[in-house]
Amino acid sequence: MLTCKDFLHELSDYLDHSLDADLRAKLESHIAECPNCWVIADTTRRTIQIYKGMDPYPVPADVQSRLMDALERKMAAKQKK
Amino acid sequence: MTAPSLAEADEALLVAQSREGDGRAFGELVRRYEGKIFRLAQHVTQNREDAEDVLQETFLKAYEHLDQFQGAAKFYTWIVRIAVNQALMKLRRRRTDRSVSLDEAIDTGEDTIVREVAAWDENPEQRFSRAELGEILDTAIQGLEPPYRSVFVLRDIDELSTEETADALGLSIPAVKSRLLRARLQLREKLTRHFKRKGDDAFAYL
Repeated sequence: MLTCKDFLHELSDYLDHSLDADLRAKLESHIAECPNCWVIADTTRRTIQIYKGMDPYPVPADVQSRLMDALERKMAAKQKK
Repeated sequence: MTAPSLAEADEALLVAQSREGDGRAFGELVRRYEGKIFRLAQHVTQNREDAEDVLQETFLKAYEHLDQFQGAAKFYTWIVRIAVNQALMKLRRRRTDRSVSLDEAIDTGEDTIVREVAAWDENPEQRFSRAELGEILDTAIQGLEPPYRSVFVLRDIDELSTEETADALGLSIPAVKSRLLRARLQLREKLTRHFKRKGDDAFAYL
């Protein structure tokens, strides 16, 4: 029988669907009977889901134009070589 | 024959053109990844000014060393590695009293500590405005130890594979996996404080 500790140890791979069918079935029968592990699995899955939807940080215009100016200088220098 | 527009050009082609000295092609690569690099830099340095420097240094170094980029890896994985190194150098400069490394030994006690178990509301994120939610999510990430933070950002926000994350951070695959598990569990716990179903009391577990 799987313990809660065993379950938590496999949780990431379980949520990433990267386990073989046999172990997956064992984990599923564990959470069917263990409300705590079910809640942990559910809220961890939702944690990952919420973060996946985050947008990249917008780069402020002044930061971007400094970057582009620096790159242009670098490109010009490289061409001179 | 019409050339594909820059915005939809294949990444390998853009890299090849950049190597030939095509500044517009490299500009397109910058445009594709600057937001992600900027976010990563802010999460690692936790300092806005440093993150701006890291962003600039990353793309300047990438351009300079473009001939060292092996086509086998993704371009993004390659620049992430540069960005992480630049960000760590900033951290070291700020904390001259101790060295900072993503390889530093981390607490190897229980790898799965769960203190609070509480079910969440159906759609808890709807209780918050977009700005409030962004603040909650960012603050939670900032509360993670740096080695967990960068693994989580690359794996679960940027959606790199375990192998790509290991490659970008110079870590082993088991190290990425164990850090990811801890990061996910710690974030779950931090978010639970905001998202748990009203009326549910936390109870001790394990």
